Amino acid sequence: MTDKPVAASMNGDPAPRLRRPRSCGLVCMLVRRTLAGLVVLWAISALIFAGTQILPGDVATAMLGQQATPEAVAAIRKQLDLEAPPVMRYVSWLGGVLHGDLGQSTSNRQDIAASIAPRLSNTLMLAGLAAAISVPLALLLGAISARFAGSPADRTINVVTLGAISLPEFFAGYLLIAYFSVTLGWFPSGSTVSANMDLLSRLSAMALPTATLVIAVLGHMMRMTRAALLSVMSAPYIETAELKGLSPWRVIWKHALPNALSPIINVVALNMAYLVVGVVVVEVIFVYPGMGQYMVDHVAKRDVPVVQACGLIFAAVYILLNLIADLASVIANPRLRHPR
Amino acid sequence: MSRTFRPYLLVTFAFLVLAVFVFIAIFAPWIAPHQVSDVVGGVWEAPSATALLGTDNLGRDLLSRIIWGARITLAVAALATLIAFVAGVSLGLLAAMKRGWVDQALSRGNDLLMAIPTLIFALVVLAVLPKNIVVLVFVMAALDATRVFRVSRAVAADIAVLDYVEVARMRGEGWGWIMLREILPNAAAPLLAEFGMRFAFAVLFLSTLSFLGLGIQPPVADWGSLVKENKDGLLFGIFAALIPGGAIVLLAISVNVIVDWILSRAARLRGELANG
Amino acid sequence: MANSLLAVSDLEIKAGAATIVDKVSFELAPGRVLGLIGESGAGKSTIGLAALGYGRHGVRITGGSVMLDGHDILQLGQAKARHLRGAAVTYVAQSAAAAFNPAHRLIDQVVEASVWHGLMSKPEAVARAKALFSMLGLPDPEHFGERYPHQVSGGQLQRAMTAMALCPKPQLVVFDEPTTALDVTTQIEVLAAIKHAIATTHTAALYISHDLAVVAQIADEILVLRNGKMVEYGTSERLFTAPEEDYTRRLMSVQRGQKAAAFEPAESLLKVNNVEAGYGPDISVLDHVSVEVGAGETLAVVGESGSGKSTLARVLTGLLPARAGTVAFEGTTLAPSLAKRSRQQLRNMQMIHQMPDIALNPLQTVGTIIGRPLDFYFGLNAQEKSKRVAELLDQIELPATMLDRYPGQLSGGQKQRVCIARALAANPRLIICDEPTSALDPLVAEGILALLMQIQRDTGTSYLFITHDIAIVRAIADTVAVMHRGQVVRYGPKAEVMAPPFDAYTAKLLDSVPEMQLGWLDGVLERRAAKH
Repeated sequence: MTDKPVAASMNGDPAPRLRRPRSCGLVCMLVRRTLAGLVVLWAISALIFAGTQILPGDVATAMLGQQATPEAVAAIRKQLDLEAPPVMRYVSWLGGVLHGDLGQSTSNRQDIAASIAPRLSNTLMLAGLAAAISVPLALLLGAISARFAGSPADRTINVVTLGAISLPEFFAGYLLIAYFSVTLGWFPSGSTVSANMDLLSRLSAMALPTATLVIAVLGHMMRMTRAALLSVMSAPYIETAELKGLSPWRVIWKHALPNALSPIINVVALNMAYLVVGVVVVEVIFVYPGMGQYMVDHVAKRDVPVVQACGLIFAAVYILLNLIADLASVIANPRLRHPR
Repeated sequence: MSRTFRPYLLVTFAFLVLAVFVFIAIFAPWIAPHQVSDVVGGVWEAPSATALLGTDNLGRDLLSRIIWGARITLAVAALATLIAFVAGVSLGLLAAMKRGWVDQALSRGNDLLMAIPTLIFALVVLAVLPKNIVVLVFVMAALDATRVFRVSRAVAADIAVLDYVEVARMRGEGWGWIMLREILPNAAAPLLAEFGMRFAFAVLFLSTLSFLGLGIQPPVADWGSLVKENKDGLLFGIFAALIPGGAIVLLAISVNVIVDWILSRAARLRGELANG
Repeated sequence: MANSLLAVSDLEIKAGAATIVDKVSFELAPGRVLGLIGESGAGKSTIGLAALGYGRHGVRITGGSVMLDGHDILQLGQAKARHLRGAAVTYVAQSAAAAFNPAHRLIDQVVEASVWHGLMSKPEAVARAKALFSMLGLPDPEHFGERYPHQVSGGQLQRAMTAMALCPKPQLVVFDEPTTALDVTTQIEVLAAIKHAIATTHTAALYISHDLAVVAQIADEILVLRNGKMVEYGTSERLFTAPEEDYTRRLMSVQRGQKAAAFEPAESLLKVNNVEAGYGPDISVLDHVSVEVGAGETLAVVGESGSGKSTLARVLTGLLPARAGTVAFEGTTLAPSLAKRSRQQLRNMQMIHQMPDIALNPLQTVGTIIGRPLDFYFGLNAQEKSKRVAELLDQIELPATMLDRYPGQLSGGQKQRVCIARALAANPRLIICDEPTSALDPLVAEGILALLMQIQRDTGTSYLFITHDIAIVRAIADTVAVMHRGQVVRYGPKAEVMAPPFDAYTAKLLDSVPEMQLGWLDGVLERRAAKH
């Protein structure tokens, strides 16, 4: 029942105290989280390095296969400088990374940084385009679904997004190819883009990969938005606002939104991080010249320096997005913004 | 009337799909019309009496390959999920109960592993490790275990602070009793749902790896590799790749529908208990 | 009544198939206060919200009328009802901490409705809000509103919420248990502030509470509700002098008896010596606490939230090892940590928690719950065990059919009885009771207390009874320890502790407990004013 007396343990103490570090203001907290993010990034670099260098199985043998001659293995080991102790190798690798030197590919002897640069910008463009479409769309659909929770519209959106979540990127991608590219012939099935393409043909080439990515994140983002909004809408202060006789629109705008902001920022950032991963598969499907396709190619070739470099960059972007989500939700939380 | 009817229909259908797939996986040798590598016709032939779904990129029977693929897909995904659960749940419960430095060490280490996107982590590790099914299962299990750990630790930590667990501790009960009799039964519903979710994820993840050529290696094939083998036919208007892809989607959707149903049922039961 | 402000007639409200408000009628004249009283599930809050033409999610108003100033608010339609809501009728919620929006300053929330409904300009509203802050005794009324909700205390928030309700100069304010979540010493201040404010502004009020003693201080008329039905309705004076219904009489007689003082001091069972404890290295919650519990006696530990009384229980049971000092049981010093105590020591000290809902494993039957200590401590065989479980069920006055029930199928009082049986199953010499009745309705609580007293007479078990309720202390204690901010400020036999001369805190505490009589609040306020 609604009118049960609350337990006496809640006796008139000040508003629920937030557990947070002693006497740490907003700025100090932001600095602290940022530092923590940097520590994680450093630890990840060590982990990725260790994962490729110290795991059972010798890297050189792995690269050449079991049938490799001892001479060939020795040559590769020498080329990769595998004779030095792992810690020394890690330090010199990290030092190089910090100077923008990602080393040399073992499969084609090219400078990795030079190969990655144009691909990274292609990848960011694809992910950015997908984000620009999916974020507003997911927020809108999530808001509609939350506003009319339980209605046929909400249930339809629920079933459709459940389907979208279950759709692997490659299946969605090939469905789009089968329909829009093969049957209708509207867009190219492969998305080779180059620096000297004009904008229109570039966009046309990117249409299907972008659509695939949007399908991949939309369901998650919309469902999380809906949940965040519903949880805010069920808070007692929303009832207070309704009992003031405010219009539904003002209740949402003035009372729900400021409190929903931080969870929604979180949702968006998490899904952007998810996009970073989804982009890998989508690039392979559409043969899009980005980082993901580059990385998958070199995993098959067991080109360890390239995989390390790409892994580190992907992880860094992912951690950065998570850090932004973290910082944004601290800033958006009024309890933290105005400490007692 | 239709309000309660429709979801039930969907859930029944989902259970049916799951049952059919499991049946096919178990009895593949008896159901499949051909051996997995038998060439029965030309490349990408249309459906016929010998090949009910047509043939693949090397002239093998697509239906038989899908049936054998069901076995690999379900077995690898289920095994990986199971290992992930045994490891993740036991460590998660341990962390939630012991607190202190055990919890700190496990949780921080887990946070670190989770700070790398799953696929990227798998790519990095698979670049070095030998490509075989055992390695694949353990890599998938290890990555999944981090997610399971986080969920089970959170669920168990919420339960561990409830008074009835405190009562058991004050009685002098050992860790085993508290874990198995007080905490685990009450964590069962969310963990079961999590299992379903992780399984669906494992199916998608395995398919994705195989599609990228880094999962199951030929001549053995799971559904993901079937998509990869037949994807080029798409450009010639041959939709063979879409059939195994559709099977993946159907399986994943069914599992997700069942998970959704378990969660909403648990929420309803909780509501009834609270009001009862 | 032609001049009634609010006239509710034959109101019927349903949630799903269940009728939660059944044919309730009452009237309220301008400037008067009507108290709605009842236990949980009586439908009081639902009626209060219906006065604003509002139903919570899943609740439907299915019959009757709510006439506010001549208009049936139920027939107005949403848009028109909204014009009245927040302007002519306003609402004060039970938990102001949750009812204020954490994202906005207090002043903006307090004046929002007045400005939105066009009742006054923003500067006018702000000026009125500041006047109300001052009237309600809030500190620094000029700048109080600049703060955010989480920056002020619970008592202050509740007053700010009252200011928010009064700001648009409404004709009627609905107060929904506004002081229930507060400590007694805070409750009396907020109650006095509310009473003063509605009297000064001549606003009519619906005052909802489960505590008759509180309602008696503020209401002109009282409506007693039970399970959604009207039990008795009349002026406060009539109800208190000549209650007609048995239920009303029982609600009023929750005045518990007094346990007679023990003849001679009993032998010491538990001795707590100079205990210091806290969470983390810096936060100290207990500061040199020393108390003693005699065999077969009850020590009541009284204090408000944050006084450290629950922490004391955690130290005694070993859940929170003490930083310094000793706990001795039957003359032996106990290890500070639970893990290092013997099974015998654990068996001898059992605990009953405040919230029976979370003190019972929802997936174990009553039989399993009560049987486990028998297995664990005594290793009884199946036959002995079921015999003993039956005895225990009998002792807690539950039928044997309850054996196979799950906690979710029991009422709050039944659950607490099962908790008691579980503690008794260990044959303990001491039971620590941590507010075992404060989550229960008054009549149910009375039954639990009577049961605990009976058990003490039968088995000679000692109690360390933690409570914030002085009436309970009078009813059950042999010795009393008053705690304030982690220290025992007063300790001794009940007769001495409860008699003057008092220290300042104990005096205030005793003085603040609402008594079941009309005019008690006015009397206290006069006495306090006279002192200054």
